[in-house]
Amino acid sequence: MPERLRHLLSIEPLTAAQINFVLDEAKPFQEFQRYPLKKLATLRGKSVALAFFEASTRTRISFATAAARLGADTINLQAESSSLKKGESLLDTARTLDAMKPDCIVMRHGSSGACQFVAQHLDIPVINAGDGSHEHPTQALLDALTLRDRLGTLDKLRITILGDILHSRVARSNLHLLGKFGCCFTLCGPAMWLPREFETMAPLGGAVRLTSRVDEALDGADAVIVLRVQEERMHEPALPLNEYILLYQLTPERLRRAKPGALVLHPGPMIRGLEIDPAVADGPQSCVLDQVTNGLAVRMALLFILLGGGSESDFLRGLSAKTEGGPAPVPGKGSKHVAD
Amino acid sequence: MLRIRNGRVIDPSSGTDAPRDIWLDGDRIVRLAPPGGGGESDRAPGGTREETLDAGGLIVAPGFIDLHCHLREPGIENSETIETGTRAAARGGFTAVCPMPNTRPVNDSASVTRGILERAAASASTRVWPIGAASAGSRGESLAEIAAMQQAGIVAVSDDGKPIATARLLRQVMDYCRSLDLPVIDHCEDASLFAGNSMREGRQSVRLGVAGMPAATESIAVARDIQIAELTGCRFHVAHLSARASLEAVRAAKKRGLRVSCEVTPHHFTLTDEDVAYDTHYKMNPPLGSAEDRAALVEGLADGTVDAIATDHAPHEPASKEVEFDRAPFGITGFETALALALELVHAGKLPLMRMVELFTTGPARVLGRERRIAEGQPADLTLFSTDHAWTFRAADSASKSRNTPFDGRAFRGAPMATIVAGRVVFRRDA
Amino acid sequence: MRIVEKSQLMSAAEIDRTVQRLAHEIAEKSGGTKNLGLIGIRRRGVPLAQRIALAMRGMEGVEVPVGTLDITLYRDDLSKVAAQPVLHSSEIPFGVDDKDLILVDDVLYTGRTVRAAINGLFDLGRPQRVRLCVLVDRGHRELPIEASFVGRRVQTSGTEIIEVRLNEIDHEERVMLVELV
Repeated sequence: MPERLRHLLSIEPLTAAQINFVLDEAKPFQEFQRYPLKKLATLRGKSVALAFFEASTRTRISFATAAARLGADTINLQAESSSLKKGESLLDTARTLDAMKPDCIVMRHGSSGACQFVAQHLDIPVINAGDGSHEHPTQALLDALTLRDRLGTLDKLRITILGDILHSRVARSNLHLLGKFGCCFTLCGPAMWLPREFETMAPLGGAVRLTSRVDEALDGADAVIVLRVQEERMHEPALPLNEYILLYQLTPERLRRAKPGALVLHPGPMIRGLEIDPAVADGPQSCVLDQVTNGLAVRMALLFILLGGGSESDFLRGLSAKTEGGPAPVPGKGSKHVAD
Repeated sequence: MLRIRNGRVIDPSSGTDAPRDIWLDGDRIVRLAPPGGGGESDRAPGGTREETLDAGGLIVAPGFIDLHCHLREPGIENSETIETGTRAAARGGFTAVCPMPNTRPVNDSASVTRGILERAAASASTRVWPIGAASAGSRGESLAEIAAMQQAGIVAVSDDGKPIATARLLRQVMDYCRSLDLPVIDHCEDASLFAGNSMREGRQSVRLGVAGMPAATESIAVARDIQIAELTGCRFHVAHLSARASLEAVRAAKKRGLRVSCEVTPHHFTLTDEDVAYDTHYKMNPPLGSAEDRAALVEGLADGTVDAIATDHAPHEPASKEVEFDRAPFGITGFETALALALELVHAGKLPLMRMVELFTTGPARVLGRERRIAEGQPADLTLFSTDHAWTFRAADSASKSRNTPFDGRAFRGAPMATIVAGRVVFRRDA
Repeated sequence: MRIVEKSQLMSAAEIDRTVQRLAHEIAEKSGGTKNLGLIGIRRRGVPLAQRIALAMRGMEGVEVPVGTLDITLYRDDLSKVAAQPVLHSSEIPFGVDDKDLILVDDVLYTGRTVRAAINGLFDLGRPQRVRLCVLVDRGHRELPIEASFVGRRVQTSGTEIIEVRLNEIDHEERVMLVELV
């Protein structure tokens, strides 16, 4: 049993065993999306606060649906209509939410480190739904689940990440996660968004190669992750869009340089005709719809892991109380009740 | 009459490192002598009543000077006042501090300068030597009333908080200050590279996803300012120098005989950007540099390229620092930990003790065109410190109003033990 | 806390005879096996369900489909079960609607597991009928639930536990009465 997860703030400190645990827990939830009745009572009575200080439709809806299907309630905070506009600090907003006693907070914010900051001041689990340019852990997990399902394994894959690497939390989280499985990476994008420091970002993984040339970047790739141009995170003048399309758009011709059947992933939202050719977006190698389904499964698994169990003391109390039939819960022995 | 007995006097101005007793009368040093025997029989000159301070096991140095700090008064008294700031400075062993002009209002006129000095006379534990603004309101448009401020008591000019805005303005300021024989201190920074970014650009900033500024942000401005200093012949001092490239430019300028000096803060010679992990107590401007920068700064402290250790004590009330990293204001406190951090370098064999004392005394004094020494007739400003007193710094016990320090809970070996300003003991550590 | 074995309730041979008998009873009391389905409750209900299906094929020549059901998501006592609960998939390779289902488990005790299993089944569809088959019924029900097919009834106290060991999972085959001391 891997070390227990309390928050999910970043992928970087997790072990491969913890990641595998989450992906394995997500599998039953993948099937669950096909049930006629998509409603469980597992987290009934629990509430999940959704604190999105940055605009997001897809991720917020995904978390809200995940919570609802597990039977939990959601408490919604949206930045546009929030008191943040009136000058309330992040900490006060978080404390106000906390006073409503949710069982966890799912948080997205424009400042790197904001989720960690909030987690230091509150007593409840915090799930990072994207903090500035730092990490987007659930995106990397759903990307990993998609890759694992389609390619059979995560070990030693050749991954190309294409686009605005510097500002991308998706790139960082994916580097950290897939690096733990020995993958090697080619990062490709305009030079000013491709700092050399990325070369050392995946210490457990294989090589990280940086290039500004998209054709050689795609050679031999098992999968390509296409990123969005993050204009909202740039201080400096952005690249003219036509330049970007000319040099970096993922077209069918460019995709052919990757391995046959190489997967195309995109965290969304896609801008067809900008970073990705519509033919690729809708083509047989595109996994974007699977990513959405898997996102739901991964988020249900995470909520289940963080909120479904109890504390260590609850568990021990349950041990000494009347136990439900079957073998005794002896440490080390598989019992019906402990991690089968 | 106060007699400091049994101390080990270290005075860089004369190279003295020897046991000496010192007699203070009023605000002056009146006598030095090798430690006598006796006690009662050793009557003070003039036969007046004598108090004794036992400095056994302690170093007695000329009173420390902090060339760079922020006392926030007038206008920002929530985070600090002249009274609380100087009390913290005294606890750090400082006998004189130079507050920067970025108060509210900015110290850009004689009346604000006089106001500061009046508050200091009424409430300060140390001497207060204000630094006046270079431009009106530090807005970077026109010269401030520098001569009037000089008559009121400023010791240098700066627009600190910001760089002096343009090369053209800097040239005017330097020409003017050369004629007034005032040093110009610049917060060297290229505004377009700074761009409001929160830390040093490098592996850590990329890992954390925080927008960073390269070392060139500072060194470009240092190079510019040195050339203008050469053009004008003005005395030029680089504030809080943090990068190797900046240090090399200063070293080259000194070699060519230019009147260029620089200071380094304790946090820059102790920490690096790798220590930043979203904790706003590690956020300041200029930001913590790379390990190479830190190593270069330590070398520069030892070899004389760096003239002074200055704290850049920048208090902020706790609520303002308890925010997301990129929204937090820049700055940390520093008076009470400066000496102990410098002693870490001494204990590690990277900085000789005499040289360390120089960086706190004759070095900063020289930048201001003053003397700092222990001799008959000199002001009775002394810093007594121990090189091995074991203690732990606790932010909660600081005399400052603010708590924004990365050194809370740090265990130290060596501390200021007593501070004497104008003959008065303004700080005494309970052993 | 440690486990003390008090007595063996069933040997390997006795388990096998009981399974055969249960298979007969189910066939007999189901008015035809066309619509039957066996659902083993994870974990030890699963090999039991598979053995019953095998026995029915042997004696009656009928193929009764077997599915597995993980009830973790339906438990009412998750926080007392594990600090970090582990999920497994349910695999029911046939439609549940209008089927005559037999839930199979090793031990029936408070009835809560079966309650959760019924919830799980009804999330998948609308069975025609659900009955329960267990190897051991140890009493102490906390819910109005009864098994239609029971291998052995055993009287137990609150500190006693029925331990079922099956080859497929435990690499040994017996049922014991143990006590937590």
